Amino acid sequence: MTAHHTRTHAIDMSSVLRDQKKNTEPNETCIKVENLNLFYGEKQALHNVNMEMPKKKVTAYIGPSGCGKSTLLRCINRMNDLVDCATIDGKILLDNENIYDKSVNVAALRRRVGMVFQKPNPFPKSIFENVAYGLRIQGINDKRILEETVENSLRGAALWDEMKDRLNDNALGISGGQQQRLVIARAIAIEPEVLLLDEPASALDPISTLKIEELINELKEKYTIVIVTHNMQQAARVSDLTAFMFMGELIEMGTTSELFTNPQKKQTEDYITGRYG
Amino acid sequence: MDNSKIGHHISGQFNKELEDVRNKVLTMGGLVEQQIELAVTAFSTGDLEMAELVIKQDNQVDALEMAIDQECMQILALRQPAAFDLRLLITIIKVVNDLERVGDMAERVAEMAIQLSGTDNKQHDQYFELEHMAELVQEMLHGALDVFARMNIEDVTTITGLDANVDREYGSIIRQLITKMMEDPRNITRMLDVLWIARSLERIGDHACNICEHLVYMVKGEDVRHLTQEELERKMKE
Repeated sequence: MTAHHTRTHAIDMSSVLRDQKKNTEPNETCIKVENLNLFYGEKQALHNVNMEMPKKKVTAYIGPSGCGKSTLLRCINRMNDLVDCATIDGKILLDNENIYDKSVNVAALRRRVGMVFQKPNPFPKSIFENVAYGLRIQGINDKRILEETVENSLRGAALWDEMKDRLNDNALGISGGQQQRLVIARAIAIEPEVLLLDEPASALDPISTLKIEELINELKEKYTIVIVTHNMQQAARVSDLTAFMFMGELIEMGTTSELFTNPQKKQTEDYITGRYG
Repeated sequence: MDNSKIGHHISGQFNKELEDVRNKVLTMGGLVEQQIELAVTAFSTGDLEMAELVIKQDNQVDALEMAIDQECMQILALRQPAAFDLRLLITIIKVVNDLERVGDMAERVAEMAIQLSGTDNKQHDQYFELEHMAELVQEMLHGALDVFARMNIEDVTTITGLDANVDREYGSIIRQLITKMMEDPRNITRMLDVLWIARSLERIGDHACNICEHLVYMVKGEDVRHLTQEELERKMKE
C-alpha cells in the first residue's frame, strides 16, 4: 500500500478567487467627460454627460439608435468639429488636459486618438502604403522605419501572416474583414493612446467579427479603447466597462459583468433584455 | 401572479418560452409537494399502495427536471438572455436540481414506509415529532415555491428561519431513537429506518433553504448562499 499523504496545512484558494475580481479593479483614468452637452442646431443630442474611462481598458457604449453614443464617441477626437451646426459645452479631459481647450492642436489630438469606422475605408493604395500613410504625412520617409512600422502594425492588427506576401497589392482587393483590420493597423501605426471604434464589426461576417473581437482583446494591452456597438453580446464579450445611453443621457455605467447580469436601472434592464420600446 | 418582469418582451416568442419554462417549474414544484404529502401519509397510515405510488411517480419528477434543463439550455443558446432573464434561467436550473433531490427524499420516505409497514405499522403514533417535522418542511418548501411564483422575496427569512426548528426536531428525534435502540437492540433495524425518514425530511428543509437563496439571487442579483440566518436577515434589510 502506498503511503498516505497527510495534509498539514489549510487549503489556500485565495489566488484563484482573486483572479475573478481582477478585471473589476478600478484603474487610472484616461478620458474623463465632464458636464458635456452637445447641440445639433436647436436639438440637444447629449445631456450633461459625465463619465470616466480607465486606461488600457475597453469601454463599450450601448443604447438604441439615436441615443447619442456615436456622437459622444466622436467628441473624444473632436470629429464633431466637422459638423457645422454642432455646438459643444463641457469638458473632455485626456490625461487631465481638456481637449476642447483653445490651445489644443486638433490634428495632434487625432494622432493621439485614432478612430475606426463602421465600414472599412482603406485608401485606394497598396496595403503597405495604407499603413505607412500616417507616417508619410508626418514627413517620415525612411524606408527602414516605414517597413518596421508597417510590419509591427500589421502584426498588431493580426494581419501580418495573411498580408506579408502581398504588401504591394491594392487594399481594395482584400476581404471586408481584412480591410477592417487593415484600417486598425493604419490607426495604430502612428501609435495613438486611444482607439475609438464605431461599430467596427457590424459590416462583417461572424468569423471576421470574432477576429476583430480577439484583436480588441489584444490591443487593450497597449491602448485605451472605446467602442460603440449595436451588438450587445459583442459589448458583453469585448468590454471591461459598459455605458448605457438613452436619449442623449448616460443612464448607467459599470463593469460589464455587473451591467449585464444585474443592472441597477430599470431602463438598462429593459434595453438589454429586449423590452425597450 | 405578477408576471410584469417576464412580459413586454419585444419578442413575443421569447416571452412565451420564459413563461412556459417557469410554469413547468411550478408544475414540478406542485408535483414534488404532492410526493412529500403522499409519502408522509403513507408512512403514518402504513398505506403501502400510496407508498408504491410515490416511488412510481418519482420518474415524472426526474423527467420534468430534464425537460426544464433542456428548455433552459435552448433559451440560453438561442436567445442569449441578459439581466433578469439570465438570472431567471440560471436560478431555474439550480432550483429544479434541488426539487429533484426533494423528490428523491420523498421517495426514500416512501421506501422506508414500506419497510416499516412489515414491522410496526400499528405504532406510528409514537412518531408524532416526525409528523411535526414533516409539516414544518412542507411549509418551508411551499413557502419557497410561493416566493418563486410571486417573485417576491420578502418572506425568505421567515422560511429559512424555520430550518432551525427543523434541526431541533431532528436532534430530538435522534435522541429518542437512540434511547429506543438502547432499550432493546431488536429495535435497531427499525429505528434506523425511522432515522432515514427523519434525515430525509431534514434534507428537504435544507433544499427549501437553497431554493430561497437562489430566488434571492434571481430577484436581487445578490449571491446570499452560505450565510448564517442573521447575516441573511441583515442582507435582506439592505
